[in-house]
Order: sequence, then structure tokens, then C-alpha cells
Amino acid sequence: MSVCTLTIDGKDVAIEAGATLLDAAKEAGIEIPRLCYLEGLSSVGACRLCMVELAGTNKLFPACVTAVAEGMEVRTQSPKLQNYRRMTVELLFAEGNHVCAVCVANGNCELQDVAIAVGMDHSRFTYQFPTRSIDISHPKFGIDRNRCILCTRCVRVCDEIEGAHVWDVANRGENCEIVAGLDRPWGEVSACTSCGKCVDACPTGSIFRKGETTGEKARDREKLEFLAQARQQHEWVR
Amino acid sequence: MTKTVVIDPVTRIEGHAKISIFLDDAGEVEDARFHVVEYRGFEKFCEGRPFTEMAGITARICGICPVSHLLAAAKTGDKILAVKIPAAAEKLRRLMNLGQITQSHALSFFHLSSPDFLLGWETDAAKRNVFGLIEANPDLARAGIRLRQFGQTIIEKLGARKIHAAWTVPGGVRSPLSEEGRDWIRDRLPESFATLETALGLFKGMLDDALKTEVEVFGDFPSLFMGLVGKDGVWEHYDGTLRFTDSEGNIVADGLSEDNYRDFIGESVEKWSYLKFPYYKPLGYPDGIYRVGPLARVNICSGFGTPKADRELQEFRDRAGGVATSSFFYHYARLLEILACLERIEGLMDDPDLLSSRVRSTGGVNQLNAVGVSEAPRGTLFHHYQVDENGLLEKVNLIVATGNNNLAMNKTVTQIAQHYIHGSEIPEAMLNRVEHGIRCYDPCLSCSTHAAGQMPLHLQLIAPDRTIIDEKWRN
Repeated sequence: MSVCTLTIDGKDVAIEAGATLLDAAKEAGIEIPRLCYLEGLSSVGACRLCMVELAGTNKLFPACVTAVAEGMEVRTQSPKLQNYRRMTVELLFAEGNHVCAVCVANGNCELQDVAIAVGMDHSRFTYQFPTRSIDISHPKFGIDRNRCILCTRCVRVCDEIEGAHVWDVANRGENCEIVAGLDRPWGEVSACTSCGKCVDACPTGSIFRKGETTGEKARDREKLEFLAQARQQHEWVR
Repeated sequence: MTKTVVIDPVTRIEGHAKISIFLDDAGEVEDARFHVVEYRGFEKFCEGRPFTEMAGITARICGICPVSHLLAAAKTGDKILAVKIPAAAEKLRRLMNLGQITQSHALSFFHLSSPDFLLGWETDAAKRNVFGLIEANPDLARAGIRLRQFGQTIIEKLGARKIHAAWTVPGGVRSPLSEEGRDWIRDRLPESFATLETALGLFKGMLDDALKTEVEVFGDFPSLFMGLVGKDGVWEHYDGTLRFTDSEGNIVADGLSEDNYRDFIGESVEKWSYLKFPYYKPLGYPDGIYRVGPLARVNICSGFGTPKADRELQEFRDRAGGVATSSFFYHYARLLEILACLERIEGLMDDPDLLSSRVRSTGGVNQLNAVGVSEAPRGTLFHHYQVDENGLLEKVNLIVATGNNNLAMNKTVTQIAQHYIHGSEIPEAMLNRVEHGIRCYDPCLSCSTHAAGQMPLHLQLIAPDRTIIDEKWRN
């Protein structure tokens, strides 16, 4: 196994070749904000929050899908990055209908956490107030697309871990949305095993357990981590 | 030339409103109107949401009485689930409402209304508020503030926060009371009783003398009274059936279910206010004027069912000569209700159910149409939801306590204006009395303006000399 050495925010890191910059940052104990990345799932670089700077180029790179290389000099914090990250989060808020005060995930929401982490106190962009749908036809769960940030974690967890592939991304641009069973009411999709992994994977209150009220959404994120590791290590006892 | 006097904004109430007083050529008051000039629109934007969210959403209507909406929404949710909630959950909900009525009434009496009659109508407007009261009578002000704190803390002990605690849910509540919370409430009860007794003594002393005129002209007129009553007509704040009585104390209708509220309550609209005008349907609009809230609840009930409050109720009825028809007695009724709340809270303290962990029933969507009712501090509150088979709201109707009193508030300001205002020279203290007519009802306007799509609009183009150049009506 070959090893790459690089520096992240001036810290020396040695990590196996093929690892991502996000893995390397984790190794170095450096936190990089992200929303679409979830350990155990493939990475898609959708949210653009984990962008970092590399010495020798003006381009920014998403840490979750950029492989380490020998001698890299990585910067995870700079005024430019902070500005872009804040702008990205503001755009997420402006593009959906995120009403924290009455959301099931209030107080337990990664979007909220990231907004605080990047110092967002309001959005400088015009709120779009899009008309989006809610589907609570499933007997146990519901999806409120108003709160969706299109991270696609649900799509990936259902496909890659549960193997059911209930979820897909439909349409384009501002009409882009997560759909079940090629755009049918969730409750009618027989492929769904009602395992609830999408609920645990969802970073916001978009996918929730029915009956949950303000701030009641709880996630069993350890279950996802266990499943991802169990597959690699062939140990199926939690 | 006719003249219009406008009081804008009306102060020391919850929400935004103005009063127009119309004078005739001789400078006498022809009419007065209470306009609610803010719009909230919850009935419309809740459409499409899951009914389970309604307690959390509608609690946000108001920072003073969120508990009222929490209860009405949760009770409507109970009916959609068609479940019986655990006995402990009902007692806990009741405890929260008792805390809510106590804190809201204490706010109305000590912070908002008492500066007028304790400091005097003519006091400098800048000092005629709770800060003026703190300066003039620090012990009373402090006690009043702490009484409100008592009620607020009960809400916090149950729901983890003083305002907007999304603690009631369809099927029950989220969590029981802790032993520490119960002990705190028990420890603070004696002080709360003492404060209330001081306030009652003070107010009753003034009714005989200093406030005699106010009792006569602050909304003294015949009307119906509506509210919930419990078994045998006992004072009720959470459940029970609806009762209408008239000014002579006769029961006009009794045992009514909130499910059929459309049979006996009609809702009218006027072009000059965002607040709907509910009326008692059998008598039509506007003859079906009725009042709700503390005065109505005290008038319609057979008794409070607790000894101290019942003794005071007897005295109240002796002073009022039976049924209290003056809206100035709202203040008096409020104090009686706080006393009843304190006694009921005291009665609940030894109930082991309060600490029970069985507080939430679950179920699916079993009814598509449901009406929930509760008694808010300001009066009877209805939530009416229609949902689809998955539980998404298709229609929402809220009849909010303050709306029920709309006709009565207009009548009250007219009566006060006609008594105090003569000619074009109008002293500020007179206008303050007109405003106080509204404060008697302790209205919560932010709670009550939600209807969409049917609101007529009246636009006037007025020249500097106040002549109307053009006007448009949108119906």
C-alpha cells in the first residue's frame, strides 16, 4: 500500500493513496463542513461545502471527491472559502422553504448546524418560496420536499446499503426533486422495505417519521455507520 | 362639519389596531369603530401541511397565549386519530392551561390594564404603564410580575420552554411533569394566592367608589355570553360542552358540541377590519352579539367548584346584581379566574398521574374532519381541520377568542366615546378611556386575523383638507 504525504492547514498528514482530501482532513483532526457526504456511502460532491484550496492553482476542489496526491498543500480555511461556504448555505436556505421554528428536525438538523458553523445569520439572497409537495402516503414515513436540499443521501443509502433503490432525482434546475418509485406516491412503491435508512441519512427534516412534531426527529446515525463497517468487516453484530 | 378622531395605535394590547370615532356636526359621537389592521393568514398557509404539525405551527400565532393553540390543535388532532388520550395527558394539558390562564390574566391585569385605574386615567401617558406602576407601587408591581412568572414557569416545567413549547401532540403530550417541577409549583403557590388576594382586595375597594362610572359605561349592554362548562355547569377551561346564556342569566342553548359549531356560530366580515365578526346564528348578524372570555365564563357557570373562588363568585354576583353585563367586570372576572386556577393547580399537586410516563396515544388517520375547542384566556377557541386520507390539511378554520368579542368591542368603544367625548376638544385622558374599553377584553389581535380570500378592501384617497377624493371597494 503506497502512502501519500501532504499538508493540510500546515499540518503534515500521511495517508494511503486513493484516499480523499476529506479522509485526510479527518485523519489530521480537521473539520470540513459538508452536507451531502455521509460515511459509508459513495461521494457525489453535490453540496459544494467541502471546497478547499490547493497550492499552485486558483481552482477550488471538493474535498469529498478529490484524491490525495503526494506533496499537496491544502487549505481548508480562508476568507474566500468562508465567504463561498456561507454563500452556499444562504443559497440553500433561499432556494427551499426552511422554517426551522416548526420543523421536525429543529435542534437536530445538519443544515442548521452548518449555517451556524459558517456564521450565517440571514440569507442575502431573495427567498424563492417555491411550491413543493409533501408526500405522507407511506404508513411510517413522510417526505417534505420543502425541506430538501438535494444532497441525495437518501438516494444513495437506499441504493447502496439497503439495495432497494426507491429514490431518484427527477427534473432539472429549480424543478429538481427527489421522487420515489419513478415518481409515484411513496406509499405505493413496493420496492420500499420501510427500513427507515433514508430517514436516518437525511440531514434535514425532509424525510421524517410520521407523527413526529416540532423538533422531535431523532436519527440513528450509528446504525448507518455500523452497516457500512459491517459490510467491509463481515461483522454483523452491533 | 363632521370629524373623525383616530386613535392609532391602540396601546397596551396584543397586536395592531386603531379606533375611529366619528363625530357629527354638533361634535357628538355618532359611531366608533375598532379596526384590526394586521393580517396573519394562518388559515391559508397551513393548507397542505400534515395535521400533526398544527400544534407547533399554530402556537407560533402568539407569544402570549401559545398554549391555547397548542391545546386546540392537539385536541383536534386527537379527534383525527380518533384515540382516547391517557388520563395523565389530560391532567397535564389541564395543568398547562391553568398556568397559561394565570400568566395571561396576570399580564392583562398588572402590566396592561391596572396602570390606567391604579395610576389614574389622567396620568402622563409616558408613565401610564408597568414601569409607572413599578415606580408608584413597587411591591404590587413585583408581586404581579412574579404571579405571571409563576404561570409561565408552569408552562416551562411541562414543555421545556415558556413560549412556543410544542409539547402537546395529537394523542397526548410529549412528557410528564418532573418531581422537581411539581415541588417548585407547590412551593410557589402560597405566594401566588397572597398576590391574588391583595389584587382582589384592591380592585374591589375601587369598584365601590373610584371606578363606579367605568362600570356603568365601559361596555355595559345586554348580550349573550358563550363558553365551555363542565359537568353540572361548573366552570371549565379545557373540555366540556358549550353554553350560551343571556343577560338575565337564562340559558339560551346548552350542551352544544364544538363539532356542530357552524350550526350556531356564523362569521361575518366588515370592510374596515381584518377581524371576522362571529355571531350567534339563530339571532342573525349583528343581533347575535355574544361575549366570551373571563366575563362570559364567570357568567355562564354554576360555580367554580373550588371553595375560595366560589366565595368570591358569590360576592361578584352580588356586586353585579346577578349577571355582570359591564365589560369593565372583565378585570374582576380575570382575578376570580386566577384564583380558581390556583386552587385547581393546588388540587392537582397530589395527583400521581402528573408524573406518569404513559402520556401519549398513537394512531393513524381515522377521521377526516375534526373540530377542537379549548378555553383560551381570552375566550373560546375553535380549530377546525379537514384532512385527506394521509393527514394533509385540506382546509383550516380558526375561530379565535378575540374574534368572538369583535361585535362587543365595537359596541364598547362606541358607548365609551359617546359618554366621554363631546365637541371637538378631546382630552387625551378621554381617548385613553376609549382605548381601555378594548383593554377590558384583553384582545389578542395577532391571534385572530387569518381568513383569506374573502376579505373586502376599502381604499380611500383623502386630500389634505380631509375630503375624500375617491374611494374604491373590493368585495
